[in-house]
Amino acid sequence: MSQLREEFQITAMDFVTAGEASSRIKRILKKLGVNANVVRRLSIACYEAEINLVIHSMGGKLVLLVGENEVTLISEDVGPGIPDIRLAMSEGYSTASENVRMMGFGAGMGLANMARNADRFHIQSKVGEGTRIEMIFMIKDSRAEDKSEVS
Amino acid sequence: MTIQELAALVEANIVTASVDTGREVECGYTCDLLSWVMANGSEGMAWITVQTHMNVIAVATLHDMSCVIIPEGIKVEDDVIGKADEEGVAILTTSLGAYEICGRMNAKGIPAK
Repeated sequence: MSQLREEFQITAMDFVTAGEASSRIKRILKKLGVNANVVRRLSIACYEAEINLVIHSMGGKLVLLVGENEVTLISEDVGPGIPDIRLAMSEGYSTASENVRMMGFGAGMGLANMARNADRFHIQSKVGEGTRIEMIFMIKDSRAEDKSEVS
Repeated sequence: MTIQELAALVEANIVTASVDTGREVECGYTCDLLSWVMANGSEGMAWITVQTHMNVIAVATLHDMSCVIIPEGIKVEDDVIGKADEEGVAILTTSLGAYEICGRMNAKGIPAK
């Protein structure tokens, strides 16, 4: 499989186009013939990352890298950053507004869903600077033992 | 059971125009929290929700669901129906409540995922 890099800009609070980058990424991976289960796991994680960028960030981007043996998905934003990553990773914890919750978002499942579906999950965040999440999916669908690191 | 048969079962109108209603429905699910559905959705699912905004279509599409059932006579906006047609996810609307829809689907042997 050839090397491929695609970048998708995500706009804060734009709920109309939210999910489109994930759909496009899914189509790209299906076209490349990536294992259906890997595509499914990556799509879930990607959608969660995209929605988090829309709801919580001041804007950011998703970067898709397809290599020989793995697909990497990077979510990067320009702030505001997460003060307590361990708390943010707990299922059910959310800082989403009431309006966002009314739309069915903000269940506090996003980061946990990402970590669960990725083979490797790494998150870094600094308040005032931003958050960077890197997720790796093995193309052969052999899930790595060490699933998450938090720094 | 096909989408067409499911629509008859739950007294629903199929509001999408071009989606294949002969597609099989594999299982059923009801939930209004989108992240929850992202975590628990699956291919061929019929998903019952009162949410009608664009992201319902994104979630259904990412899981390759068969259809979304909107209960209690809730209206779905045209742009959302258009998106569902584009993505190949059927939208069914019915005046029945989610509880009644689930009961009828369960009685006909449509499993939980």
